Amino acid sequence: MAYITVRDLSLGYDSQVIVSGLDFQVEKGDYLCVVGENGSGKSTLMKALLHLVEPMGGQILTGDGLRPNEIGYLPQQTIVQKDFPASVKEIVMSGCQSRCGLRPFYSKEEKSLVSESMERMGITDLAGRCYRELSGGQQQRVLLARALCATRKVLLLDEPVAGLDPLVTAQMYELISDLNREGITIIMISHDVAAALKYASHVLHIGDEIFFGTKEEYLESGVGKMFAALQKGGES
Amino acid sequence: MEKLMMYLSYPFVRYALIVGVLIALCSSLLGVTLVLKRFSFIGDGLSHVAFGAMAIASVLQFTNRMLLVLPITVISAILLLRSGQNTKIKGDAAIAMISVGALAFGYLLMNIFSTSSNLSGDVCSTLFGSTSILTLTPGEVWLCVVLSAAVVFIFIFFYNKIFAVTFDEDFSKATGTRADAYNLMIAVVIAVIIVLAMNLVGSLLISALVIFPALSAMRVLNNFRAVTVCSAVLSVICAFSGIVVSILAGTPVGSTIVAVDAAAFIVCCIAGALKGGR
Repeated sequence: MAYITVRDLSLGYDSQVIVSGLDFQVEKGDYLCVVGENGSGKSTLMKALLHLVEPMGGQILTGDGLRPNEIGYLPQQTIVQKDFPASVKEIVMSGCQSRCGLRPFYSKEEKSLVSESMERMGITDLAGRCYRELSGGQQQRVLLARALCATRKVLLLDEPVAGLDPLVTAQMYELISDLNREGITIIMISHDVAAALKYASHVLHIGDEIFFGTKEEYLESGVGKMFAALQKGGES
Repeated sequence: MEKLMMYLSYPFVRYALIVGVLIALCSSLLGVTLVLKRFSFIGDGLSHVAFGAMAIASVLQFTNRMLLVLPITVISAILLLRSGQNTKIKGDAAIAMISVGALAFGYLLMNIFSTSSNLSGDVCSTLFGSTSILTLTPGEVWLCVVLSAAVVFIFIFFYNKIFAVTFDEDFSKATGTRADAYNLMIAVVIAVIIVLAMNLVGSLLISALVIFPALSAMRVLNNFRAVTVCSAVLSVICAFSGIVVSILAGTPVGSTIVAVDAAAFIVCCIAGALKGGR
């Protein structure tokens, strides 16, 4: 069975359906990119996968040894976080929270997990720095390190490169791609179809037409061609 | 100095200092979380509810008014938090509505069923604290000590969880922390603190006790633990010196403490600017 199986899922809020008839699977080691126009329900899908919102219909099943709360999450920045007085280490530490249960303090094992994740993201030297003083790219690395503390199986990334400059964006994509090669399953929401097609193994397109398949199939499909052309037109 | 020593020999002055310092400590601990979660006004709303409840209790001539005020405030805290979760504007409006409503209702009740000859004096002391902190009984002091100890214990025990939920509620929920339960806990604790603090500064000035130390600490420091510790220390110092000044100079206790808090905030602002921060 796949890590995540979605069957005939409908999403929306206030009894208004945004998207329906979603069917897809995410296997271990996949790199799934979710693309689509604004308001097509990408973020709502993400929240449903994280069990933050109830789906209006259909099922989300987890399998292959993945528990529902073993999904790491890289959210879009909230206003609260922009001026939050917290050090990098405190934030990465909070990724271990779910391992604690009711235990009030972190164990040695969790502390070493934190240093390991920070090492992996190359932010060890930032440990004592204040989060709000970091650059956008550094902040994303901090949040990524936190997500790695929470899980080593699946990462959900919501627009991970929003607001980053081109160089940092490229570095971020490489970093995510490395994580994927190390065996972490990636599900990423992106506006950036070009990048999605460069790194992803599978594509889920949400919109008037719904498409799910491998990258190669997407490039051959009508909706894929159209969307890619539109993007190119928009950029030039 | 001698004058102060003489005052300290009176038990009611010692009680006032103990209670004042404890309340300042508790309110500043959770103040950091409330300010960061953009919940500063919940403190204000709840204090007005507590005022309304206090009015009902006086009208019904309860001997121990805490028995009525505490449950009502806790319930309102839970209701406010529930409605605040859906959308921002709704939560905002709900707080404004409840707080103003409770204020009006409380004053109305006190006015109609007044049992005392000095009505405006009564209302004024409930709103601004006045001298009630100097007339505490040993029983009230013990209640305050026990509740403060509970608040401090809860805060230390759940410190890491409170941090996680404050920084990123969605992430905590997604990875299996029960964020809703902790939000509820925070609301209940805040309600308890506010009811305690009514004796000290009165219901209009409680928000100051909650937000000033946190804001001051955030000006100069930039990690969560340091901010929390600093705001607690700052709050205790301000409350202590505020009470001492008010006794020596004969000024109202509540507003003196808040004035000292505000002065500390300005000092911290300047220090933060000099440090080359934001």
